Amino acid sequence: MISRRTFLQWMAGLCALDAGSARAQAVASNDLRPLIAELTSGAAVTVGRIRVETPRLADNGHSVPMKLVVDSPMTATDYVSSITLLSPRNPRPLMAKFMLGPRAGRAEILTRVRLNGTQAVLAIAHLSDGTFWSGSAEVEVTESACLDAV
Amino acid sequence: MVARVQVPANARRGDVIAVRIAIQHPMETGFRYDLRGKLLPKNVINSLVCRYNGTEIFRAEMGSGIAANPSLQFYTVAADSGELHFEWVDDRGVRGEERARLVVSG
Repeated sequence: MISRRTFLQWMAGLCALDAGSARAQAVASNDLRPLIAELTSGAAVTVGRIRVETPRLADNGHSVPMKLVVDSPMTATDYVSSITLLSPRNPRPLMAKFMLGPRAGRAEILTRVRLNGTQAVLAIAHLSDGTFWSGSAEVEVTESACLDAV
Repeated sequence: MVARVQVPANARRGDVIAVRIAIQHPMETGFRYDLRGKLLPKNVINSLVCRYNGTEIFRAEMGSGIAANPSLQFYTVAADSGELHFEWVDDRGVRGEERARLVVSG
């Protein structure tokens, strides 16, 4: 005889398993590592200093608002030189690269992107001191931008 | 190509101002078919440059991951009165440009 407690534990376990596999499927994706290596010429990328702000749920992947904010003083000697936006699930992983400079005053960019399904969008900031920083945001997309993609 | 640039009408020297541009362009991905089943070739605005009185202050290299009718907002420090000049080109080589006047006081 199985106790009620054991039964519930099993069920909880099954649910967790199921959620896990669905998640794995959603993330099944492009390998961004070669792209990142090319971008940084092999330098290390640290998580932090850049924030990707986007709605958690985008019911339409055709146009998802996205805000990239880098924590930088933006002075003549300490500024953000570029921000690259990468997608782990779009047919072309390199979405955009933005070049800034000390004259920007504030390291912040707003745009709208296309997303082919639920994914964690990755942004990499290149700072004037040569370091690379990354940040990501998970966006759930209910209708892909690439419905008639081959 | 139709485009609209938005900058504040007036700014004080040293202010950080928001610059916005929206361009009418399909940003064709190259993955879509037309009604006859023919693949529509990729055609996106692949690069855009913004110059402030001749000095480059912002550049974007874009792919098909940017939504149709691309819209961008970035910031710059108001230095002198003058002009913001945007220039862009798509995969077909079609160029576009737009200018905005900026009056800086102080």
